[in-house]
Amino acid sequence: MNDVQKNIQDEMSQTFNGAIGFSESFGDWVGEFPKEKNVAILNHLKNHHHFDFMMDLCGVDYPTRGKRFDVVYHLYAPTTKARIRLKTQVGENETIDSAVGVWKGANWFEREAFDLFGVKFNGHPNLRKILTHQEFIGHPLRKDYDANRQQAATKVEDMWFEPDPDYKEDPNKNLVPINIGPSHPATHGTLRVMAQLDGEIIDRCNVEIGYLHRCFEKMAETHLFNQIIPYTDRLNYCSAPMNNVGFCKMVERMMGVTIPPKAIAMRIVLAELSRVIDHLVCIGTNAVDLGALTVFWHIFEQRERVYTLFEKLCGARLTVALTRIGGMAYDNPPGWEKECLTTITGIKKAVEELDSLLTGNKIFIGRTQGVGKISQEDAIAYGYTGPCLRATGVNLDLRKAEPYYGYEQLDFDVPIGTEGDTYDRYLVRMEEMRQSLKIAEQICKNMPSGDFTIRDKDIVLPDKKDVWGNIEGLMNHFMLVIKGVRPPVGEIYDYTEAANGELGFYLVSDGGPKPYRLKVRPPCFAIYQSFPSMMKGAYVADVIAALGSLNIVAGELDR
Amino acid sequence: MCPMIFNGRTNMRENTSENSGNKLVVEAMQGDVDRLLDTSVLTTVADKFIGWGRKNSLWPLPFGTACCGIEFMSVVGPRYDLARFGAEVVRFSPRQSDLLIVAGTITEKMGPVLKLIYDQMLDPKWVLSMGACASSGGFYRSYHVMQGADKVVPVDVYVPGCPPTPEAVIDGVMKIQELIMSGKKRPRA
Repeated sequence: MNDVQKNIQDEMSQTFNGAIGFSESFGDWVGEFPKEKNVAILNHLKNHHHFDFMMDLCGVDYPTRGKRFDVVYHLYAPTTKARIRLKTQVGENETIDSAVGVWKGANWFEREAFDLFGVKFNGHPNLRKILTHQEFIGHPLRKDYDANRQQAATKVEDMWFEPDPDYKEDPNKNLVPINIGPSHPATHGTLRVMAQLDGEIIDRCNVEIGYLHRCFEKMAETHLFNQIIPYTDRLNYCSAPMNNVGFCKMVERMMGVTIPPKAIAMRIVLAELSRVIDHLVCIGTNAVDLGALTVFWHIFEQRERVYTLFEKLCGARLTVALTRIGGMAYDNPPGWEKECLTTITGIKKAVEELDSLLTGNKIFIGRTQGVGKISQEDAIAYGYTGPCLRATGVNLDLRKAEPYYGYEQLDFDVPIGTEGDTYDRYLVRMEEMRQSLKIAEQICKNMPSGDFTIRDKDIVLPDKKDVWGNIEGLMNHFMLVIKGVRPPVGEIYDYTEAANGELGFYLVSDGGPKPYRLKVRPPCFAIYQSFPSMMKGAYVADVIAALGSLNIVAGELDR
Repeated sequence: MCPMIFNGRTNMRENTSENSGNKLVVEAMQGDVDRLLDTSVLTTVADKFIGWGRKNSLWPLPFGTACCGIEFMSVVGPRYDLARFGAEVVRFSPRQSDLLIVAGTITEKMGPVLKLIYDQMLDPKWVLSMGACASSGGFYRSYHVMQGADKVVPVDVYVPGCPPTPEAVIDGVMKIQELIMSGKKRPRA
């Protein structure tokens, strides 16, 4: 435990008369307290100890326990780099006070915990289902809900708006309801925006999500650890390898595994290339929505080149499942680094061309500057991370703030914006691509030699030639497939800087081959919930521009 | 099948012989007409002709919900270029399109939306299910995922893969083209 944590702990114990029990779990700092004190404690941590970010809030179900649910908060203080996990127990028929008053971002997280577990939050402004459809009966992440029990929906959900006591409908205005999505060219996937228009101005709007709720977390509870890796691919499918890396890094930290330098280098290259293609898709589709089709055709070719690199590594293009717990899935073919460098040079050129197409483009500037603006305070309160947060001027990049995988030894800069509007988000992404290419280049030029994975028979499957060639290999293969990778009992929260921001994985392990509970902290989930307030009073055409620049990926949003 | 409309050979001859005002001219013309028919006119049935037109001018509606939607972008993108098969005019309005490409997982929440969009499309229409999720639910055997888009809309061609490679999707579109050309009943009506 470091000094910062000790000071906070002493002060908190004094203020709350020892109501919080502190402990440590796999290097994470944990506090447990009775549920009645939650708002007071959260407020105190935020106001006195700079815990500005509520990164995650989720439920965990223990059906045999007296108080059935855990409500778990993950807080982060960027100034002191302290992180804390707060846990409190709630019974099935009890309520817990809502944290929406402390962080606006708690709103959707609490709705999710209500939807999936049935935890009731007292004082929440609008506690309704968020991911499952409105006709869905039961709370699917409870342990007694069968993963394979589907319930059909009979109708498309009606339009609805957040209840707002201040909102009064003006009888003199002729308000026109308009529904965009969930199948609409400009929403890229399954997002749905519902709005009331006064002429071309948005009087109020709202979003509905869950159209791609594929039950990642329930699937994780019913699969072995290595089987979950393909599921993580499909979270943010625009940059699949980053999710693989995030998940494996979390399990490895829990198991105390150190992966070889080659695996680390490969993971960094893959992550940075994925960041580039993710940003390319974001900018490309955003430009298409604004009428600039050239950009899309032009940069998709670059993406194909990166896909070719992925294909050479594993045979798949989009959903690669390239990492394993303990390292990489495969060694890279000879000459791959060289090819990677050629591709990087090509993309660098394309990025500059893209820059000349858009950055000074009058139409593009007119459509994006001052559009979809969000202030620093709001961004932090909603739990923004990644490029969208940096566009508001907050210098927070986990690769610099809390370096992992030796990012501190690499030469790169973190671009930040000033205005927090759509144009700034575009500029930040452009510069991030350049920096990411720089990182990938540095690694490719000095690719470490050696093995691409650890060789622990309890974690990594033996080579196929051993499985078919000798009895020991066969035995180890059989044992690992039957037994599965088993992290120790306990809990862990681990995070990486993904293309959209902090991608966190919270794992509760009971020592078995499957996770007891796996929660993903998706960066877009926190970002998207600010959308209705961001769009109030804007033109309806700006909805499209702003939505594209937030880069909401439905797979990650709805999981 | 409707009667042959380009079977002009017999009709034309009948017409000309009835009109026997100037026999010489008619005979001379007949020679011309015969030559013309032999070299530059195709005789076929109307359905075949219309089918040929339809198959080469498909207007797809990409109902892209997930990863397959991203891969579909590659299909229409510069490298794979679905335009070579006459299907590059992607339309998001169901009333303008005749090929529904279900690209991605259909959840229970999305089911009614998909049904609504399919119902809004005008006949004739075809459905291509792209990827494992749209075909069967894929590896999401879970509480909120519809186990195949064919639970709500009739599917003509299933393309396996998670996601399928662009080549596989193009193959699927070609299968649809064959189906249109053959005029056969769809596998499930």
